[in-house]
Amino acid sequence: MSAHAIDHAEDHHDDHGHHHKETFITKYIFSQDHKMISKQYLITGLFMGIIGIAMSLLFRMQLAWPDKQFTIYEVFLGKWGAEGVMDPNIYLALVTIHGTIMVFFVLTAGLSGTFSNLLIPLQIGARDMASGFLNMVSYWLFFLSSVIMVLSLFVEAGPASVGWTIYPPLSAVPQAMPGAGAGMTLWLVSMAIFIASSLLGSLNYIVTVINLRTKGMSMTRLPLTVWAFFITAVIGVVSFPVLLSAALMLIMDRSFGTSFFLSDIYIAGEVLHNQGGSPVLFEHLFWFLGHPEVYIVLLPALGITSEIIATNSRKPIFGYRAMVASILAIAFLSTIVWGHHMFISGMNPFLGSVFTFTTLLIAIPSAVKAFNYITTLWKGNLQLNPAMLFSIGLVSTFITGGLTGILLGDSALDINVHDTYFVVAHFHLVMGISALYGLFAGVYHWFPKMFEGKMMNKNLGYVHFWITAIGAYGVFFPMHFIGMAGLPRRYYTNTEFPYFDDLTDVNVVITMFAFFAAAGQIVFLYNFIYSMFFGKKGPKNPWKSNTLEWTAEVKHIHGNWDGPIPHVYRWAYDYSKLNKDESDYVVPGQDYAPQTLPLQDNEEEMHH
Amino acid sequence: MTAFLVVLVIILFGVAVWQMGKIFQLSNPGGDNTSEVANDKDNNINGWLMLGFVLFIYGICIFSFWKYGRVMLPEAASEHGVGIDQLWLISMILIFVVGIITQWLLHYFAFKYRGRQGQRATFFADNDKLEFIWTIIPVIVLAGLIIYGLFTWTDIMNIEEDEDTIVVELYAYQFDWRARYAGEDNTLGEANVRLIEGANQLGVDTSDPNAQDDVVVNELHLPVGKKILFKMRSQDVLHSAYMPHFRAQMNCVPGMITQFSYTPTITTVEMRENEDIQDKVKHINEIRAEKSKELVANGDEALEPYVFDYMLLCNKICGSNHYNMQMKIVVETQEEYDAWMAEQATLAQALKQ
Repeated sequence: MSAHAIDHAEDHHDDHGHHHKETFITKYIFSQDHKMISKQYLITGLFMGIIGIAMSLLFRMQLAWPDKQFTIYEVFLGKWGAEGVMDPNIYLALVTIHGTIMVFFVLTAGLSGTFSNLLIPLQIGARDMASGFLNMVSYWLFFLSSVIMVLSLFVEAGPASVGWTIYPPLSAVPQAMPGAGAGMTLWLVSMAIFIASSLLGSLNYIVTVINLRTKGMSMTRLPLTVWAFFITAVIGVVSFPVLLSAALMLIMDRSFGTSFFLSDIYIAGEVLHNQGGSPVLFEHLFWFLGHPEVYIVLLPALGITSEIIATNSRKPIFGYRAMVASILAIAFLSTIVWGHHMFISGMNPFLGSVFTFTTLLIAIPSAVKAFNYITTLWKGNLQLNPAMLFSIGLVSTFITGGLTGILLGDSALDINVHDTYFVVAHFHLVMGISALYGLFAGVYHWFPKMFEGKMMNKNLGYVHFWITAIGAYGVFFPMHFIGMAGLPRRYYTNTEFPYFDDLTDVNVVITMFAFFAAAGQIVFLYNFIYSMFFGKKGPKNPWKSNTLEWTAEVKHIHGNWDGPIPHVYRWAYDYSKLNKDESDYVVPGQDYAPQTLPLQDNEEEMHH
Repeated sequence: MTAFLVVLVIILFGVAVWQMGKIFQLSNPGGDNTSEVANDKDNNINGWLMLGFVLFIYGICIFSFWKYGRVMLPEAASEHGVGIDQLWLISMILIFVVGIITQWLLHYFAFKYRGRQGQRATFFADNDKLEFIWTIIPVIVLAGLIIYGLFTWTDIMNIEEDEDTIVVELYAYQFDWRARYAGEDNTLGEANVRLIEGANQLGVDTSDPNAQDDVVVNELHLPVGKKILFKMRSQDVLHSAYMPHFRAQMNCVPGMITQFSYTPTITTVEMRENEDIQDKVKHINEIRAEKSKELVANGDEALEPYVFDYMLLCNKICGSNHYNMQMKIVVETQEEYDAWMAEQATLAQALKQ
């Protein structure tokens, strides 16, 4: 009991901070409050997302109607869309920046940045991140890198257009194409800053999860969201520095005449002096981050889904320990599979065998996760809120996209579909759409936590989900077929190959669905902005959830809980748990037992 | 076709808007503060929609196979390609079985257990036996696939050169290809981009005796049934030599020589007789005829009818003309090949001119 009292005393000890008067600048701009920072991440991420998706619509139009002219090109692309004809260089720039923005700025920062910041302190029972200051610096570095990336769109010779994977020599030799010049330099600078931001954020998340859990919150009682964010941060710390080193070496090759990645090059009528470097080395370094990056994007989405599916099924997540073990296994395996992007890069074929082996292994924890989600739904009492629909949608696209991964991960099969639209369809479903669904699910579910109890309109949410779900499959399912027809990606048009003339129809269908899906996102944006200001206030715990964030004050205060930090007595998933004689729930008439509820006399103790 | 699709999209959007209106009507007019939380009506509607959605997934799958099945590549025109196709088919069947079952369970459960007031969810947190089963089954299945895949891969990539193997260099540069045959001695002369000068476009070392009989061409001719060993080089940036009909691809990397080998088994003439190709070419020519009408109406030239040929494409982003970096491949009988080869000038002859 006395230990208890001391804890309380300590709780109050770090209660200062929020009594200070805050100015507009410290509250809304240079805020150190994790809730505000999470909103800043989300809104920046959504803004970048609008740019990224708009770009995809432009190049989808080019692919569907390559010989038609659209004034809209001229409106958005200026001189590169003169007379309504898209320039091949700007097409490549669009796909490059679309990829960069969606992967890094939307799905890494916008997803992980938003929800790690919002949920880690709230769900583990902490007043804030371990370092609010570093957290603020992390966001502003992200903001700076976003600004530089957007500015690079306005460079005279055009933005980076060498593909989001920026393979040298194309990205290292400005003579190779206009988009390898100043735009490329800005791209690299932006990414270097982005990596710094990501590292600061990740270190903060790791320290916070390890050190600031409230009393009773053992690692095995953590909600799966926090587990996912925690492991994501670990992967980020392990792999992002490698991309930074690759980017620095590339900058040196570009600007200071080194030859890390360059050798024997004759371009624009002259031989370059570079000798002895290897582009394959860059590919290794890039994918050493690039593959874990897929899981940096996906794991937070899976964590969010785990939490939302359990809450809305009114059932514990099935196989909590297996879920944690899967996250750990995926994280570990994700760092040793990068070579499957390089089966035909010219690396030793024996390495190809090794990477095939490790790659297909990753299907095992992924399958376990999928089966566990399905079992969680089984015999539940599913509350089909928009967040729940997006979570189910995620499991669906994760399965579909994951299964085609079994084909691509097989080095022998990869030979013929490598770099075709089959790959594009695969990764969009398994990481792009799945992670986006995770983002949407999170926004719908935790909107009340971000905006002081206001809730998003559920009907618009339903419309948004169904349009998106139909659109996503409509875009990416037929896309597998043009890949199986042998059409390479990143082709400005395929009219130079009469052999591919019969693919135009498919491209038209895909583009139609893309516009359909994009229209659905307008519904979301409207709903988001409207609800931010005029959303209906819901109850404190609208989804009847067990986790700690719903015990925090609805009104945002620096420090989250007005009184002492709550203590935790059970895991996060005691939904529909019955009492000993199975006559009623543990708390009569209430199908959930919050983590703050001490163990009752009438219930059996689980091992959490 | 386009008009039909526009109409389809408009209809789908209309349905969405109509649904939106309907959902608005059905939803609680408000009052209590849980109006934005799903109620039984929402659960019911969305549960049914979930059931509809899994049918939509099956539908789009069947539609795609029925409508787009014909665009896929025809049978493999190389020896190892048959093995790849076999492995592809087996993996496809496997993922389709798994996909169909899991998608059904996922959406059907979402429908079946849609929330109802007073329905009690089953507290079911763990079951070691179940989890063991669905860990071990993927382990066994994947082990089989991995072993099968690795055997296929090793067979393809372990290149055994014998006297009969024809050595061809594929040389990539922005934005075209060249092929260099090793000539009578079947040994390629040394080459480096630093030696590029005038007509010596590939930077071949002209002092190398092996280089004298090399033959540089811009159309790839291959004798059927002979093993070909490709040595890839790039002059400037990364390219990828992609020959989809032969299930062959390898990157061309500046500063190193990469290789890939296969044995073509179907000549160009035979492939043109292939049923799938005939169907595909007929379809393509219908499309081209349609397009030509439009072009002629605008005073432009009509498109030529398409005749099938094998092709080599660049499949690694390499710059603005990446989309048009191709070379024709002709697979022919040994006699035709010999006759063609006899007409080509050797490097020594070509540089003398």
